[in-house]
Amino acid sequence: MRSAVVVGKLLIRLCRVLGFGGSNLPGRVARRLCPDLLARLAGQCPRGAVLVTGTNGKTTTARMIAGILGRAGLTAVHNRTGANLITGITSTYLEACDWSGGVRQDIGLLEVDEASVAAAVRELPVRAVVLTNFFRDQLDRFGELEHTVGLVGKGLGLLPPDVPAVLNADDPLVAGLARARGEGATVFYGIEAESDLSEPHPAREVRYCSRCELPYRYRVVTYGHLGDYHCPDCGERRPRPELAATGIWQGGPGQGSRLAVRSASGELELELEVPLPGMYNVYNALAAAACAGVLGLPTDAVERGLATFTASFGRMERLRVDGQEVLIILVKNPAGFNEVIGMLARGGVPPDLLIAINNRYADGTDVSWLWDVDFERMVATVRPRRVTVSGTRSADMAVRLKYAGLEASCMEVRPRLSEALPAALKALPPGRPLHVLPTYTAMLELREGIRRAGHARRYWEA
Amino acid sequence: MAGERRLRILHLYPELMNLYGDRGNVLALTARCRWHGLTPVVEQAGPGDAADFGNADIIVIGGGQDREQRLVCRELAGDRGKRLGEAVEDGVCVLAICGAYQLLGRHYVTAAGEVLPGAGILDLVTEAGPDRLVGHVAVEVDGHLLTGFENHAGRTTLGPGARPLGRVRWGFGNNGRDGTEGAVYRNVWGTYLHGPVLPANPWLTDRLLALALERRYGEAALERLDDRLEAAARRVALRESRRDAARRMASAWRGRKRWTA
Repeated sequence: MRSAVVVGKLLIRLCRVLGFGGSNLPGRVARRLCPDLLARLAGQCPRGAVLVTGTNGKTTTARMIAGILGRAGLTAVHNRTGANLITGITSTYLEACDWSGGVRQDIGLLEVDEASVAAAVRELPVRAVVLTNFFRDQLDRFGELEHTVGLVGKGLGLLPPDVPAVLNADDPLVAGLARARGEGATVFYGIEAESDLSEPHPAREVRYCSRCELPYRYRVVTYGHLGDYHCPDCGERRPRPELAATGIWQGGPGQGSRLAVRSASGELELELEVPLPGMYNVYNALAAAACAGVLGLPTDAVERGLATFTASFGRMERLRVDGQEVLIILVKNPAGFNEVIGMLARGGVPPDLLIAINNRYADGTDVSWLWDVDFERMVATVRPRRVTVSGTRSADMAVRLKYAGLEASCMEVRPRLSEALPAALKALPPGRPLHVLPTYTAMLELREGIRRAGHARRYWEA
Repeated sequence: MAGERRLRILHLYPELMNLYGDRGNVLALTARCRWHGLTPVVEQAGPGDAADFGNADIIVIGGGQDREQRLVCRELAGDRGKRLGEAVEDGVCVLAICGAYQLLGRHYVTAAGEVLPGAGILDLVTEAGPDRLVGHVAVEVDGHLLTGFENHAGRTTLGPGARPLGRVRWGFGNNGRDGTEGAVYRNVWGTYLHGPVLPANPWLTDRLLALALERRYGEAALERLDDRLEAAARRVALRESRRDAARRMASAWRGRKRWTA
């Protein structure tokens, strides 16, 4: 194990020097040298490990939990750059340990790719698994959604019965995974609302009762296919959440939400400030709070940990570039993009946008999802003053906006990000922010460009 | 030409059958209708809804996941499929993508060996293969090169009653073996191409509109539109289909993965 640790740590240094960040390579090599390395490193944390998985919100939820852990005085091994395959997780522990393989942190906090959940459960001393949601995302990578659900379900099946799964009650596919688990082995979180919280969008995914194969009916839709659902035939319904948001106040672009949160037993009442916008971040905050509850962390750590939370790089971030304000908001799938459109529409003033669409492996190579985003609503309600379109698939984005009815005169196509950002900034009216909506790799590229110009830190320092 | 010319577009199973942005096909048809000075009327019909196939000009059905497909399969193999077949014989235009394309065939054999009956409108059968055929694809149709993205486990074989939509230039197509892609019968167009296919290929959109106009009004002159943005997107997609094909070949040489089905 010693040599594996040394080789792994040296490789991490080397990767840094060569200029690529959170990487799978050191973990992969070290695991070759010592197959049980991860189990031996992770086993040293006295409070075990927490896994966070699901389609959307893994990184943000994990970061929120990290904030809470920090407030509770606990140190964590955390893969905050999003290296979430089993090799990347191994790299994360390699980086956290000392040269002789000693790990001093209290707990592991790992965002885990859906396909790696089973491996993570086998190798890590898991104390809780937090599951955010299942959206259709990157289908070209995993095949169909049910396959992804099956992968996570398999992982949960390997959990000892006394390790709780923290599940989103409002997502039928997530809640459905509780059935395979015994009584008391799950903790549900969700939103209690009296009316719909987001506008229904035309490409909403449909969810079916697993017994009757009929589409669920919704009393309330909170976000995408999330909400208070039931089967019209067998009466199967959303489980009652143990931790629920009972009041939500949402702000405009750059502003977060305020939540009233209550436990089902009524013994716990919290006021949470979530400094990130969008209904999806309300869910992320609830997931983090429920996880903190499972870990037995104090409530003031939850409140303060969330309130002082800063977004993961690029997911929602404010920068100044040459004296001009740049707001970066990650977009990676239709549901998230539609939320961003709703947020921009609440902003009032017609904004300048830079939309950067890449289709590299990490973004998903198929860009057809752009047609499931409600750009028709964006053109009608956000009424952008100017849109610069960029990225490897900027041409597809331009076509999408043309068919959504955006005037050709207020759109400019600049495939290269290094040219698009200066062009968009140059056209920006004084005192107004530029809203940048990049896919994952476009966001990395953009940040790297801004960093070279000396405006932001490298992402593993973030 | 005096008077308003309407085209009725029926979007069948808009919720159940909408994978990979296939609703974009309806958006493309309606937008181009307007740009050509036509009046599009879009109707939607889900399972059990009354759908007037006889009155429609263009019927669009997208791809779906397995579970959705089973639900739709029950309807299309039954009475609704029969009425759709009658409308097809009457010349209605149909665009069926991926899962819908398979369901218009004779049957689909699942990975477990179960035989799901189809509508029997297209003379073809589909069998689930061991892996998914995924990637950018380019298909030659009447001297035009269509671009799209395919992602399907089914391998489709055409019978004598259906002719292929086109020949695969790069990608897999119907089965990855015989070089065919899609199927055409009367005015029914079936294809594995997502993308979605119509926004990516304005030529095909206009072809469908022209067929529908011809049938409804006996006259189908469409002006050329400014398609420079679409042309730019097509160039990128073509490059990617070439690149995907080259990658598959490279990994086949390394012996890691098969590149034919």
